Amino acid sequence: MKLAFDLWTFATISAGAFFFLAGTVGLLRFPDTPTRLHALTKADNLGLGLVVLGLLPQADGVLAGIKLVCIWLLVLLAASSVSQLIAATVRRGGGPR
Amino acid sequence: MITPVDIGIAILLLGLAVWTAFARAAFAAVAGFIAYGLLLALVWVRLNAHDVALTEAAIGGGLTGALLISAAARMRRIEQATNTERTGLPVRLLAIAASAGVALALSVCVLVLPDPAPSLAHPTVLNQEATGVGNPVTAVLLAFRAIDTLLEAIVLLIALIGVWSLAPERAWGGRPGPRQVADPNGKLAWLARVLAPIGLVAGFYVFWVGADFPGGKFQGATIIASMWLLAQMAGLAEVPPIGRTWLRVGLVAGPLIFIAIGLAGTVTAGAFLAYPVPFAKPLIIAIEMALLPTLVLVLGLLLAGTPAQELSK
Repeated sequence: MKLAFDLWTFATISAGAFFFLAGTVGLLRFPDTPTRLHALTKADNLGLGLVVLGLLPQADGVLAGIKLVCIWLLVLLAASSVSQLIAATVRRGGGPR
Repeated sequence: MITPVDIGIAILLLGLAVWTAFARAAFAAVAGFIAYGLLLALVWVRLNAHDVALTEAAIGGGLTGALLISAAARMRRIEQATNTERTGLPVRLLAIAASAGVALALSVCVLVLPDPAPSLAHPTVLNQEATGVGNPVTAVLLAFRAIDTLLEAIVLLIALIGVWSLAPERAWGGRPGPRQVADPNGKLAWLARVLAPIGLVAGFYVFWVGADFPGGKFQGATIIASMWLLAQMAGLAEVPPIGRTWLRVGLVAGPLIFIAIGLAGTVTAGAFLAYPVPFAKPLIIAIEMALLPTLVLVLGLLLAGTPAQELSK
C-alpha cells in the first residue's frame, strides 16, 4: 500500500514539476503579457494542483491534507485575481511593455 | 545534514541577490527583492527556524516589498533622469571597496566563531517552564528579552511619526496617501471581499498559536494589516484621518500597557518587565493582545503613507 502511495506521489509531483517547467519556459519565451499570463496560470493551476495531489497521501492526518488543499485554493484565488488585474492594466495601456 | 535541495536554494539565493543588485530599473530590483525574501523564508524553514521564516515572509518579503513597490512607483518620474547619470569612477571604486570590506568583515566574524558557538538555547529551554508558554521563541521575546520587544514596538511608532512628519502643512491631520478610486464592483473589490475574512482568520490564528507554536503578534498583525490595506486599495475601507483621537489612543495603547505591566513587575517580581511566576502566561498573553491592534494600526498606516489629503471640513 505504501509503495502504491509513493508511486502516486512520484508520478503526480513529476507531472506537476513538468507543468512548472513548461509555465516558466512560456513566461520567458512568449511574446506579450496576455500569453505570458496564460503560461503562468498553467504552473499555478495544474503544476501546484498536481504537487498538492501528490503530497496528499504523505500528509500526516486528514487536517494536514485539508490544509494542503486550502493552500492550493488560496494560490488559485490570488493568482487568477492578480492575472485579471495585470491583464486589465495592460489593456488600459499602463504598465511596462 | 545538507541535501541537494539546500545547495540548490543557496545557489538560487546568491544568484537572485546578484541579479537584484545589478538590476537597472527600480521596479525590477524590487521584484527581485521580494522573491529574495520569500526564498530566504525557505532557507529559515530548512534551518528549522520557523518563527523567523514566518516573519521574513510576512515582513521581509511582504510588507517591506509593498513599501518598496510604492517607493519605486513614486520614483518613476525621476528615475529616467537619474539612470542616465553615471557616478564618477572614484565614487564607484569607493562603493566597491566598502561593500567588499563589509562582506570580508562579516565572513571573518563568522569564521572566527568558536565551535561549538556560544548559545543561550540550553538555559532558555531549562527556564522556559516558568513562563508558561510552549514556544521558546515567544518565551525569549516576551519574558527573557521583553525589553527588546518593547523597544521594537516603540521604534515602529517612531518610524510612523517620521512618515507623518513628511506631510505638507495643509494635509496635517488628514487622511494618509492619495485618494483611492476603485470600482466597488471591480475585480479587486471582489478579491478583497473573498480574501479578507480568510486573511483575518489566518492572522488571528497565527497570533494565537504563537504562545505554543511558531507564530505571534508580529506575523499575525502583518497579515491583518495587509487585509486592511487590501480593503483600502479596493475602495471598500477608508484610511482614517491621522488626527482622530481613537487612532492616536490605539497607536500608543499597546506600548503603554506593556510599560505598565513592566512597571508593575518592579513591585510584584522585583525588576522592570519581570513577571510573578504564577501569572507569567496571562501577563504575556495580555501584552500580546495589547500589542496586536497597535501593530496592525502602525503597519497599516506605515504603508498608507504620509497624509496627503486635506481635511474635509
